[in-house]
Amino acid sequence: MEFLVASAIGLMTASGIYLVLRLRAFPVILGLSLLTYAVNVFLFISGRLTVDAPPILAHDTPGYTDPLPQALVLTAIVISFGMTAVAVMMALGAFLEAGNDRIEMTDAEDGK
Amino acid sequence: MSLALIAALPFLGALLPGLMIRAGRTACAMATGSATALALIGLLLHAPAVLRGEVVQARFDWMPGLGLNANFFLDGLGLLFAGLILGIGLLIILYARFYLAKTDPMGQFYTYLMLFQGAMVGIVLSDNILLLLIFWELTSLSSFLLIGYWKHLPEGRQGARMALAVTGTGGLAMIAGMLILGGIVGSYDLSVILTQKEAIQASDWYLPALILILLGAFTKSAQFPFHFWLPHAMAAPTPVSAYLHSATMVKAGLFLMARMWPVLAGTDAWFYIVATTGLVTMVMAAKIALFKDDLKALLAFSTVSHLGLITMLLGFGTAEAAAVAVFHIINHATFKAALFMSAGIIDHEAHTRDIKRLGGLRTLMPITFTIVTLAALSMAGIPPLNGFLSKEMMLEEATHTVWAGIPWLFAVLATIGAMFSVAYSFRLIGHVFLGPVRDDYPHKPHDPGFGLWAAPAALAVLVVLIGVAPMTMVGDLVTVVAGAVTGGDVTIKISHWHGLVPALWMSVAAVGAGLILFGAHLRLDALWLAAPRPEAKAIFDALVDGIAALSHGVTARLHDGALSRYFVIFTLGVLGAGWLAWSEGGHVPGLRNVLPIPGVALAGWLLLAVCSVLVAVLHRERLLALVVIGVVGLIVSVGFIYLSAPDLALTQISVEVVTIVLMLLALNFLPKTTPRESSTARRLRDIAVAGAAGLSTAALALALMMRDFAFPTISDYHLANSYSGGGGTNVVNVILVDFRGYDTFGEIIVLGIAGLLIFALAEALLRGAANKRLLEWVPELPKSGDRHPLMMVVAGRVALPITLMVGVYIFLRGHNEPGGGFIAGLIVAIALVTQFMASGFAWTQARQRVDYHAFIGFGVVIAAATGLGSWLAARPFLTSNFGYFRIPPFDKFELATAALFDLGVFLTVIGAVMLTLASLSRIAIRAGETVNTTAMDNDPSQPAPAKGGH
Repeated sequence: MEFLVASAIGLMTASGIYLVLRLRAFPVILGLSLLTYAVNVFLFISGRLTVDAPPILAHDTPGYTDPLPQALVLTAIVISFGMTAVAVMMALGAFLEAGNDRIEMTDAEDGK
Repeated sequence: MSLALIAALPFLGALLPGLMIRAGRTACAMATGSATALALIGLLLHAPAVLRGEVVQARFDWMPGLGLNANFFLDGLGLLFAGLILGIGLLIILYARFYLAKTDPMGQFYTYLMLFQGAMVGIVLSDNILLLLIFWELTSLSSFLLIGYWKHLPEGRQGARMALAVTGTGGLAMIAGMLILGGIVGSYDLSVILTQKEAIQASDWYLPALILILLGAFTKSAQFPFHFWLPHAMAAPTPVSAYLHSATMVKAGLFLMARMWPVLAGTDAWFYIVATTGLVTMVMAAKIALFKDDLKALLAFSTVSHLGLITMLLGFGTAEAAAVAVFHIINHATFKAALFMSAGIIDHEAHTRDIKRLGGLRTLMPITFTIVTLAALSMAGIPPLNGFLSKEMMLEEATHTVWAGIPWLFAVLATIGAMFSVAYSFRLIGHVFLGPVRDDYPHKPHDPGFGLWAAPAALAVLVVLIGVAPMTMVGDLVTVVAGAVTGGDVTIKISHWHGLVPALWMSVAAVGAGLILFGAHLRLDALWLAAPRPEAKAIFDALVDGIAALSHGVTARLHDGALSRYFVIFTLGVLGAGWLAWSEGGHVPGLRNVLPIPGVALAGWLLLAVCSVLVAVLHRERLLALVVIGVVGLIVSVGFIYLSAPDLALTQISVEVVTIVLMLLALNFLPKTTPRESSTARRLRDIAVAGAAGLSTAALALALMMRDFAFPTISDYHLANSYSGGGGTNVVNVILVDFRGYDTFGEIIVLGIAGLLIFALAEALLRGAANKRLLEWVPELPKSGDRHPLMMVVAGRVALPITLMVGVYIFLRGHNEPGGGFIAGLIVAIALVTQFMASGFAWTQARQRVDYHAFIGFGVVIAAATGLGSWLAARPFLTSNFGYFRIPPFDKFELATAALFDLGVFLTVIGAVMLTLASLSRIAIRAGETVNTTAMDNDPSQPAPAKGGH
């Protein structure tokens, strides 16, 4: 199971980084989303993997999984929505102002 | 008065000028001066104790973990310097009142001056070297403001920049040196460091620490080769020059050398670096001073020369020489500040400071003449004035000093330095005041009012008094200060007559030769002007330009405007660092037991893996890529459920929904496809970088999961105390709203700001160039003829109360079961946004009387109020409380303040999410999206409209 999770994180990271390296805003945002998944899952697994032991206190359970990474990741998921939304809005704004959604500055725009 | 208060008074006083300037310039000066006077009185109250040899202390813990404490102490050395800073500061405030023109912003001047004064007092009273460094940097910053006070003068701005660059760089070096010193001793308290001479001098780090600390001291005290900034700083108003550049700031370097003298001095390295630098500075600057025509430039180089003299004395490393250094610090402060202020008076009255345009002022300005003559004769070392006494003692020390086996070197060069000093002092008197009265002054000079000459006159009186009766005036002070510098008992005997000792003959020779030089000045000046000499400013500017060009070049290569380039560099950098850590870390495979892989998990993994790769493969078809990435998000949610994280699963799946809706809204206005732009080679490079990063991340994740915790986990504490301390059984929720409530509070604020930012961006877009584009918008894809289908409208409306109910339920149970404010907020947002999709944004908005901004605002306020409420119970911010109640016929239930906090979270999440989606929808309306007034396009109770009627 550990191997499956680790490889899934790796695949999401690789795909995310490849997309972030594209030249248009939309694929970069997709890439950021994939990286967000990868990072959140990575943070989550720092509590190690446990099955059938949610951190809900009860009398008849043998043990609980680590609650702390879950609390951290929960807010990270919500905050990453905010981040994605701001990125989307900026991409949209750039496209509507400039007429294209390229992310790299040309020399003319750079003032050279 | 507490030492901390003495150090704080000037800073508090810095607030007064801004308040008082409207009451007039005199009131402003008096208010400012009263703060300084109060601090001076407080200091003098300690003087009897200090002169008895006691050390006054005040200690406050600031950051004890770092060794940074607000510890102050006052010994003889601190008393002398603090007395100089506050006493001369008071005179400068008086002088500046009459010096500054009506058009100069006086309030600003006094504020800067007081900031500087506070920083200086802080330096000399600090008992903690980290605290000292903070004050040290503050003097650099405040002197920058003071030198550049006349912002309209380019020389002022350039001089300020140069001073900041040189002293700031030295300050950075000194930070490193001080940290090394603290590292050797194991404490950052001066009173501890000063007792550790053997440990410090035996350490391998002694020499690096010495050089770094001296760099700080030399740059501040304008020692060769860093002396060049001081003459350029003379573009400052004269009160600043008199205060910073003669009496106080440039002496900070000397203070530091004197302070560190007990532990750093006495070695060969100290002697050769410090004494040699001082000697070179003294002779060279004295020579340059002779040929300067600007009064302030002459005084500036003379100051550099005298600072060199004092540095040299400290460098000798003997207790006697250190005592002479202390005595000369006092004498120099008196005569040089008087001379600077007089130079300002001459400039003020004659409208020039060029010596070649002056002369014959003796009868026109008799008072100024008297002051300057006394001070300049003291500077030349003419008996019986105070400058004579310390110069004589300096020459005496020089004769005892052997440099690299040469016994006469110091004696001869010191005499030459004294000779130049005599020559320029006489030139100051002779070429400015003596000679015939001229008729071509730029302005008819006469003595100024009492206010302007009172301060220099007071100092001139001191020059005479100390000169005539040195032991009565300063004998005790010099003894105590020299004792503090050397850390031992020193007996001081200051007298005018030592017998026919070599120093006497050296002194006579210096005066004689100096007079000859003065007489031959005209011819020497011609030679000087004809000879080539390095121009320090040009060299400095070339250096600065070179460094700026280098950094610009590096930046331009790395940051050429291509985002993907930074990202590749960053990724490769992280990979390299990881590789280094892995290859040097001694990797051992982890041995933790692995979980079994059931079939369903394998199926999920396959789906996730395929879809992750598919997003990259299909990304040119944007809509398709969005669908595929949605699958990835869903599998991640399912994975969270499987791995015992129900809260995460609920959050992930609801965030997934709003994110996809958001992206769909945006995609409506973006191109639907991505063109193929990068070359095959570039794509292969990107695949390689991405592949390497993915592989390393996977390896890191696996290595992490195969090991147990390296440190005892704090999670057990949370599990154990969640119910008893937080009153909830859902530990994740209790952590969010209770244990780590402060974090959550910060996070909802961030989320709220993100929502407001998006709203502001949309506002800007709807006003700027984008607006025109939106008004002319032609949809790329044909619109659906049935945008608000009957089935969806009905289903959405039926679902609304149910979904809201679910939201409330999830919220209420959150403390004990999976759920809580975050998830409930997202669910309610989804319920509302479903209405947007089903019935249209405008239709929904028209029926909704709440403002999303208010949701964010109330959310944050409720959360904050809950936190503040715990203050009423005298508990720390955000301490929660809970209790169990029973109202028949219901079962027992719990009420917790944490639920109130969670309500704040809930409202903020709804507000932020809805504000984001609403902002995007507003853009759609501007682009010509029609507003439907009826809920459905095809209202079954109405006759069907014509097709394509939108």
